[in-house]
Amino acid sequence: MRDFALHRPASLADAAAAFAGGGEAAYLAGGHTLIPAMKSRLRMPDALVDLAGLGLSGITREGDRLWIGATTRHADVAAGATAIPGLAALAAGIGDPQVRNRGTLGGSVANNDPAADYPAAALALDAIIETDRGRHGADDFFQGMFTTALAEGEIITRIGFAIPQRSAYAKFRHPASRYAVVGVYVADFGGAWRVAVTGAGPGVFRWAEAEAAIAAGRPLPAMPADDLNSDIHAGPEYRAHLCGVMLGKALAALI
Amino acid sequence: MEQKLTINGDTQVVDVPAATLLVEVLRDTLGLTGTHIGCDTSQCGACNVLVDGVAVKSCTLLSAQAEGAVITTIEGLGTAERLHPMQQAFRDAHGLQCGFCTPGMVIAGLEIVRKHGTRLTPELVAHELEGNLCRCTGYLNIVKAIVAGAAAMERIDA
Repeated sequence: MRDFALHRPASLADAAAAFAGGGEAAYLAGGHTLIPAMKSRLRMPDALVDLAGLGLSGITREGDRLWIGATTRHADVAAGATAIPGLAALAAGIGDPQVRNRGTLGGSVANNDPAADYPAAALALDAIIETDRGRHGADDFFQGMFTTALAEGEIITRIGFAIPQRSAYAKFRHPASRYAVVGVYVADFGGAWRVAVTGAGPGVFRWAEAEAAIAAGRPLPAMPADDLNSDIHAGPEYRAHLCGVMLGKALAALI
Repeated sequence: MEQKLTINGDTQVVDVPAATLLVEVLRDTLGLTGTHIGCDTSQCGACNVLVDGVAVKSCTLLSAQAEGAVITTIEGLGTAERLHPMQQAFRDAHGLQCGFCTPGMVIAGLEIVRKHGTRLTPELVAHELEGNLCRCTGYLNIVKAIVAGAAAMERIDA
């Protein structure tokens, strides 16, 4: 790993100032994506700004939303997001126990890996991504592979998930990386449904045909293979098939 | 950069680059080579240590991130004369062959006890070991060792 200047700010303003201090900068949350990327020199920041001292962890319910701080670890979401059992179950299935002890919600959402789990929950649960500069709706936030609505240096502070009547996430996980080959999050908002798919395409996306079919009680649609990912793990036809299978599993597991 | 780390009850002051991993400080700076580097990609768990009592993969943590925390490595659990009950259980159940993964497995066992208590089922242990790889044993004796080690910890606590 190439060396860098480490900043440990105690406030959001200081964090943003350190980020803007010159050279390529990166924010460090749990580090469980960033540090491996730095070890393999896919990322070589000049400055690393550690967000651990900002007090951005914790889970609170405000009305019809469950707000989770950006640096809340997966293990703490798994144990503490009781208002949305489907979200807690998703968090309990990320990586492995030691990874869940370090990785964070905000880090995952900011990174927007096309196979990450949290983006599916954020999109299906109509989340609000709150930052040091304002708010983003999930429908506009995720913009394809590793791309989000975050501006340069913008910091996620917390994420507010709309609390559904029932929801569930099903994923076909890669046995080594534990990322989703395909993952489908289904949320029932009292007859209005939201379905989000991760792993299948270049970024998380809503499956409008499935949402309409569930709401109308029609047979579930098939996912077209066009535009789906093809890599060493799975081709587009297989991923399309998995979308339907995971949709069915999620619907059968609604909690 | 100078860092002050609390490791196995001792305060250690080290001067290392910011880009130093916790496992590198443990092994290379302090000579605590019981913590192993297996895959170096957060998969295998050979580098597991406890940070504030919680198991983490020390190959995926900067040592700077562990400042202010209480770090426990395999060297801090027991002595050769008086093994920690979880270590003794690995010995008794033959929960190792080459031994490379064993420090991480013992730490993982303690993490399972932290989360689930001392009365464990083999099924639960097998599931909770998903972040640790062993290339020798087929895991059966590791699972037996953790179940037995957890039970022994209860007896000692009582």
